[in-house]
Amino acid sequence: MSLRNRELANLIVVGMLTAIGFASVYIARQAVVSTGSLAYAGFFFALYLAAHLVSRLTVPNADPYLLPMAALLTAVGLTEIYRLDPTDAFRQGLWIVVAVGALAATLFLLHRDYRRLESYKYLFGLAAIGLLVLPALPVFGQSINGARLWIHFGSLQFQPGEIAKVLLIVFLAGYLREKREVLAQGRLKDFGPLLVIWGGAMLVLVETNDLGSALLYFGIFLAMLYVATGRLAYVLIGGVLFVGGAAGAYKLIGHVRTRVEIWIDPWPHIHTSGYQITQSLYSISNGGFGGAGLGKGTFTTTNGATLIPSANTDFIYSAIAQELGLVGAAALLLVFMLFIARGMKVAMLADDGFSKLLAAGLTFSFALQTFIIVGGILRMIPLTGVTLPFVSYGGSSVVANFVLLAGLLLISNRSNAPAR
Amino acid sequence: MNKQIAQLALLGLALIGALIVGTTYWQTWAAAGLADRQDNAIKLVAQFSIKRGLIRAADGEILATNRKKKTKSGQTVYFRRYPKAGLFANLVGYSTLSRSRTGLEASENDYLTGSNTNLKTILDKTLTQLRGATIKGNDLWLTVRPRAQRVAMAQLAGKCGAAVALDPRTGAVLAMASQPTFNPNLVESNFGAIARAGAPCQPASRLLNRATAGLFVPGSSFKVVTSTAALDSGRYTINSSFVDKGYCIEYGRKVNNFADQGRVESFGPVNFLQALEHSINAVFCEIGKTIGAQSILNASKRFGFYKDPPLETPSNERAPSGLYDHGRLFDPRHAETQVDPGRLAFGQERMLTTPLQMAMVAAGVANSGVVMRPYVVQRVTAPGGGTVTRTKPHKYKRAMKTTTAAALNQMMQAVVTGGTGTAAQIPGIKVAGKTGTAETGGRLNTTWFVAFAPADAPRVAVAVVLQDQTGAGGTTAAPIAKAIMESLLTGRSGP
Repeated sequence: MSLRNRELANLIVVGMLTAIGFASVYIARQAVVSTGSLAYAGFFFALYLAAHLVSRLTVPNADPYLLPMAALLTAVGLTEIYRLDPTDAFRQGLWIVVAVGALAATLFLLHRDYRRLESYKYLFGLAAIGLLVLPALPVFGQSINGARLWIHFGSLQFQPGEIAKVLLIVFLAGYLREKREVLAQGRLKDFGPLLVIWGGAMLVLVETNDLGSALLYFGIFLAMLYVATGRLAYVLIGGVLFVGGAAGAYKLIGHVRTRVEIWIDPWPHIHTSGYQITQSLYSISNGGFGGAGLGKGTFTTTNGATLIPSANTDFIYSAIAQELGLVGAAALLLVFMLFIARGMKVAMLADDGFSKLLAAGLTFSFALQTFIIVGGILRMIPLTGVTLPFVSYGGSSVVANFVLLAGLLLISNRSNAPAR
Repeated sequence: MNKQIAQLALLGLALIGALIVGTTYWQTWAAAGLADRQDNAIKLVAQFSIKRGLIRAADGEILATNRKKKTKSGQTVYFRRYPKAGLFANLVGYSTLSRSRTGLEASENDYLTGSNTNLKTILDKTLTQLRGATIKGNDLWLTVRPRAQRVAMAQLAGKCGAAVALDPRTGAVLAMASQPTFNPNLVESNFGAIARAGAPCQPASRLLNRATAGLFVPGSSFKVVTSTAALDSGRYTINSSFVDKGYCIEYGRKVNNFADQGRVESFGPVNFLQALEHSINAVFCEIGKTIGAQSILNASKRFGFYKDPPLETPSNERAPSGLYDHGRLFDPRHAETQVDPGRLAFGQERMLTTPLQMAMVAAGVANSGVVMRPYVVQRVTAPGGGTVTRTKPHKYKRAMKTTTAAALNQMMQAVVTGGTGTAAQIPGIKVAGKTGTAETGGRLNTTWFVAFAPADAPRVAVAVVLQDQTGAGGTTAAPIAKAIMESLLTGRSGP
């Protein structure tokens, strides 16, 4: 079977799963949702068929599993968002259209040779910094749950950090490809860039009040630095610097301190700062082994009040874990693992440094972001608000992740191409 | 670079693998602990989406049922409704969202929500769950007789007090009344109205089940326990003779007879039967000094004192009877030096008892010395019919020798025929009883009447207590005990 036919076959399986998911929600919640729910599955399948056609046209040799896996994650997310709030699901559906558009645009623009991006690496770096600074500007910036991560134009909210993440990885891939030989020598003066990026991450932390984003950017940087140089010393020193910075933030920033306190013991704060995490843990534990069933979980009190704030964005995992149980949650995480494995394989098969660094960076950012949000929800690390890639509700997140997917498709298409 | 990429891949996979481990922890190991937490709103909602079992009286009358409600999110929830309002409030309790649960609603929650471990219940529930239908709980059938309960509540109305009626042969609770009561239907919607309502005593403590958790000075009603100790010791018989001087010397000071007896201050030469009949403190004081405080306390323990009296209600709604020191149950290690035996013998000296415990005392005498384990849930039935469990009567304790019980029965009959408790006489039925009037400071008394009937083949044992009374036990509590017994024995609803 050709690569693209394999992709299509996988997408058909995902399409059927999506139909089953929406049908279960419809059956469980007939009283409150309309038969329109079943149309979602059809719409969703059509959308991915369009993405598939674009991939046939532009990246015929790309990895055939990445798109179906992304489709599956998005489908699980959309089903759960639909179950929580059909209005949000409609908006999310529109955002997925935009995201598939972004995927198509990226593939059409870059499928001849994406490596020319390397020449514009500093432009990407500057753009990333610009986007990161945006929320701090008083005109656009908006603080949600104590973290400044959002900008707004009128009623439209946007989290520029998600896009900045992709741009930053492109910059780092270009920069590290160029400087890797020099950096690999590990001379003292080469620690300069490390310190600069660390300073940048700390600035992000102070500016956004958000430990998670800082950890994400700095983690991506350290990972890519390690891939480029193979020197563990950078990672260790970087890690120490980050822990030091985080400790300082703990001392100085009340928001960060609260997050750490409710991480260590949320139960005394169950009615205040620990409310969200404790409700989320109740939700997860209520799922048990087999889950309550799609549409049968409990997310509101008997008065109809919402139990977990932002259940469809940052806390979508708690909702999924309650309705699908350990079986479903573990399966979902296994899909994340497969995506990571495929992404890293793409990196290993690529034949030039820029492509390797780019693929490894994109894939690792996907892994680290998943760990930061789900690990926070599971109380393995302090909770910080980042989205669960492909699954969470949120326009900027979905668009950014489809661009990330486009990047991996482009790179694998190039390395799989028959000898030119 | 491939070596580093492979290592990074492993790190990425390990991070997600750790998330699977973390999820497993919360969904298996930690799940049970979280499910039990009071503040788990999800479990609360789950409890309210179960159609709780009905609570019924012995004749099938419904004491607790459900009101269906649809939530905004489309879920069906059931709220409790209590058709009899305050009539059974303290015993049945309430099950609400905002104030949790009390009474049988709390202690029998597993049956009422169908979450008990009975095999039939589990099968039913699993099938219901698979069908996606509403889970129904098991129904409770109580032993209480609504007619007797109505009589008891009506007799106590406007007063602060409690009454318990037991079947001495089985331990079944026939009536359990506590006043002032409350309307359990208001707990969720208008709790303030319950708290604000006036009462004849302070604190009103409407939510307190006085019958099982109210602690009162037993006064002379405790003489039944003292008599048990005296007769069981073998030193006294029903005919033992005493000379009542009207007082008793303790620690070099006079302890006078109580005005309880009314007519005369001293009776002169009397036997044991007459001493109980007229409730002569001086005689009991002497008996106490002779047999010692420890032997009286031991006799009380054979009735169940110093333990929560057994019943299906929550243990925090039952209090143990016994000596109390500074608000805490006090079991003296050296009773002979720590306890005043003379005052203990006539039910003073820090002794506090619950009406349920005193009903058990009467029932023990009535049942030839054997106290049966009190119970109020006769059987539990599945929603589709069929019995889940049925309570069989169990012996709780042997409180005294059979001969002692026979003698006491005779002595207590004398109390009703010609002593302090004549107000409890029922035409055609022999009644045995004992009055109690305890000074609680000021001019007001706590008054008691403990009794059983028919004395030759007892079917009812009662204890009645009233707070803040100006009269004595024989005039205030005895008529109430009579009315309850009469309703249970003859079907007539009192005078």
